[in-house]
Amino acid sequence: MTVDKPSFHSTASDTDTAKPKQQKSWVPALLIGIAIAYLALVQYIPALNVFVQAFAKGVGPFLSNLSKPAFLHAAWLTLILAVIAVPLNTVFGLCAAWAIARYKFPGRAVVLSIIDLPFSISPVVAGLMIVLLYGRNGWFGPWLQAHDIKIIFAFPGMVLATAFVSMPFVAREVIPVLEEFGKDQEEAARILGANDWQVFWRVTLPSIRWGLLYGIILTNARAMGEFGAVSVVSGNIADQTQSLPLFVEDAYKQYETEAAFSAAVLLALLAVVTLVLKEILERKTRIKDVE
Amino acid sequence: MTLSPTVEGEGKTPAGKAFLQQLVRLPWTWRITLIYLTVMLFIPITAMFLKASTEPPARFWAIATSPLALATYNVTFVTSIFAALLNGVFGTLIAWVLVRYDFPLKRLVDATVDLPFALPTSVAGLTLATVYSDNGWIGSLLAPLGIKVSFTRVGVAVAMIFISLPFVVRTVQPVLQEMEHEIEEAAWCLGASQWQTFWKVILPPLFPTILTGIALGFSRAVGEYGSTVIISSNTPYQDLIAPVLIFQRLEQYDYSGATVIGIVLLSISLVLLLAINFLQAWARRYDSR
Repeated sequence: MTVDKPSFHSTASDTDTAKPKQQKSWVPALLIGIAIAYLALVQYIPALNVFVQAFAKGVGPFLSNLSKPAFLHAAWLTLILAVIAVPLNTVFGLCAAWAIARYKFPGRAVVLSIIDLPFSISPVVAGLMIVLLYGRNGWFGPWLQAHDIKIIFAFPGMVLATAFVSMPFVAREVIPVLEEFGKDQEEAARILGANDWQVFWRVTLPSIRWGLLYGIILTNARAMGEFGAVSVVSGNIADQTQSLPLFVEDAYKQYETEAAFSAAVLLALLAVVTLVLKEILERKTRIKDVE
Repeated sequence: MTLSPTVEGEGKTPAGKAFLQQLVRLPWTWRITLIYLTVMLFIPITAMFLKASTEPPARFWAIATSPLALATYNVTFVTSIFAALLNGVFGTLIAWVLVRYDFPLKRLVDATVDLPFALPTSVAGLTLATVYSDNGWIGSLLAPLGIKVSFTRVGVAVAMIFISLPFVVRTVQPVLQEMEHEIEEAAWCLGASQWQTFWKVILPPLFPTILTGIALGFSRAVGEYGSTVIISSNTPYQDLIAPVLIFQRLEQYDYSGATVIGIVLLSISLVLLLAINFLQAWARRYDSR
């Protein structure tokens, strides 16, 4: 690979002062090579492998793997989990972002860290906390049993775990946008007689829409892909409490590697879609910055 | 169970009442935020600490420092540190390449750095285990050299490297982007070599940022479960990581055992969170100048 341009981009006029004479042309090429090699070893080859393995025996077996009832149930469950957890966390994220960006108060940094906390807590520990609360011997265990409500090893526990791990994304993406946007326009709208809801719907929401969308996409990716927390609380019962990521692991452990990879392809596609949308949204916000 | 009445009782003291009255006067966005955080975060964390506090300290210590637990900390923390440091070097290099050089498909490379964030961890574990297994694409090249990756501690490291790489790149990249070229150019004019410029001019202000990235990656690697559990053989004293030990304890209905190890992991996350906040504040000092 030839990289003719000097790395430290200097304009033609100042080439005399900052003459890249010491710049050896092989240095950039070498560094780029190392970077790509590292990324290939760690990311690209494994990512490619998912697709090759899934289609190793052709499209026919792949499709038949995808029409098995255990898979269909897992995919359906994953979808429902996201449908519940994403709106819940979007509402929370918007409220938290508004609360933090619009009020100055002491300990703001602490609150921000608290909101980030689910990211730094291990998913297994998150699952454990839910078990300690709602499990048979947990705080609410006796009460739940008396009322015949099952949360652990059942769907509600999976919802709780999913909501927990995907909680901070929306707030985190919206807070900086909301802070940059300022509250002048909101105040103007209010003076002109708009009520809270109108201010939110007509003024605030349009200005934060890309950041919000970005947060929702990340929330969705995490909600559909979560493994650790969900596997602790779900009990991983095939056809009952098995989401798609759990199905992948279970199939792999049962030596049904092809079924595992067929399901993995769907989740990998989810990742690809997430990355593409993320890139589009990033470009949109960047264009707005330039304006 | 026995503890909940005392918690409720506290709300009835005068100080608690004043606090409640203040809560009622809050805007409704704050109320929703606080209620959601309480239900989802504060109560679960409190439940875990209270559960752990029912253990006598001596027993807590005995469980937390049992030989098996110590072995899992060794695997978890030492491997995480190794993965995070390696990513500290290569992640900085990748960020450097992405910011300073132009090459074909650069945008694609830039966009795909975030792949580990988007790819579900069980898929990552599955494909890493396959690629690095003895007859996998990369594993088959390493096997003749006597290097076994999948189902060993090295495999755990590979999974941790995968999962924590974007943290370093994405932390260092924006800072590198905003760095002024003038200082470097001044260094060159004064006769510094490339290496001197990098070592004495670029690296010092970048250092806190790199450390932040390493700490973020480390914190993620320590807690990681999905990819590591699949690529590891989960053999005690060899490649069993702490999150898997918690899981196994729960499967045996050993709630106190799971809680004690969980508290250890949670405390480490909290300490790391503090360290990261401190590092970020340190890095910000360079901005104000």
